[in-house]
Amino acid sequence: MFLTEAVRRHPEFRVGLRAMAPQAPGVAAWGLMTGVAMAKSGLSLAESSLMALLVYAGSSQLASLPLIIAGAPAWVVLATGFCVNLRFVVFSLHLRPYLIHLPWWQRLAHGYVTADMSYAIFTHRFTQPATDAEGRAAQEAFLAGNAAINWSSWVGASLLGIALANFIPQHWGLGFAGILCLVGILCSLATTRLRVVSAIVASIAAVAAYSLPLKLNIVMAIAVAVLLCLSLERLPPARGRGKEALE
Amino acid sequence: MSGTSDLWTLAVIVGLAAVTVITRSFFFISSRPWPLPRWAERGLQYAPIAALAAVVLPEVMMTQGQLIHGWDARVFGAIAGAATFYVRRSVLATIVVGMGVYLPLHLGLGW
Repeated sequence: MFLTEAVRRHPEFRVGLRAMAPQAPGVAAWGLMTGVAMAKSGLSLAESSLMALLVYAGSSQLASLPLIIAGAPAWVVLATGFCVNLRFVVFSLHLRPYLIHLPWWQRLAHGYVTADMSYAIFTHRFTQPATDAEGRAAQEAFLAGNAAINWSSWVGASLLGIALANFIPQHWGLGFAGILCLVGILCSLATTRLRVVSAIVASIAAVAAYSLPLKLNIVMAIAVAVLLCLSLERLPPARGRGKEALE
Repeated sequence: MSGTSDLWTLAVIVGLAAVTVITRSFFFISSRPWPLPRWAERGLQYAPIAALAAVVLPEVMMTQGQLIHGWDARVFGAIAGAATFYVRRSVLATIVVGMGVYLPLHLGLGW
């Protein structure tokens, strides 16, 4: 992690910093908007700042805001955050061979700070996990440098957004930027036909079941969409079935 | 922004931070090999987008528990943002264009 000096001194640490630097303005702009959205949602200064400093996951922060404000039970907020974050579970499967040699707390520290952008850049540069100590040190240093830029631009900009939000009237509706950010991430995940089906089914279910208490419509929508997609996936391809019918 | 913080909210925020650590480290929390059941591995393909859609759509399409009637700036902003994503592949561009459509309609026309 970037907290240990040995990692910071490694030449790959600087390479990691430089690889992430071009992305930093985009990350910062998104962090700024998240900061404004947190403060505008009705969270207190302390709550918004704590969220900016600790949670470090924009989509789960933005998704949890309406739930926290509506007073949804803690488990619904956490379960929604978990589901929004499930893409990281997939990333962690990929990162496992790169990090598994490290001590437990260092693995968790690396996992914690490796957000979407760091993951993408790291796995693009190192397509194979290193097999010797030297290579492992280099990969760890690169990932740490990368995450250091990502973390500082995100958290710094989020805190700035919280500070500036006080000077922006509520009725301007700038909190909508947070929803747009989720729209962007949603579109980026729509890479297969069944994922599009999942999104459409979940949208309809979430609106239809909106009157359920405790924001349970979200949990229900996820369950319905995932179960439907898992059953659709088992169907043989449509063309194959047509042929069988003809024969 | 309100001035008071309550312990429940602070605890939920700390819980969300724990969720970040757990999800980002999921498969290397334990160093023992841990095969995932196939249905769960497949489910991971569909759950994240379902969760986002379930949060976003009601925020865009509903006001106080009712589907919106008539023109609403949020719908136009969200459509413009999504269209921008398909052209530019950038979350930042999605926010900029979406707000560029939303703000004039919302503040100028009161939609």
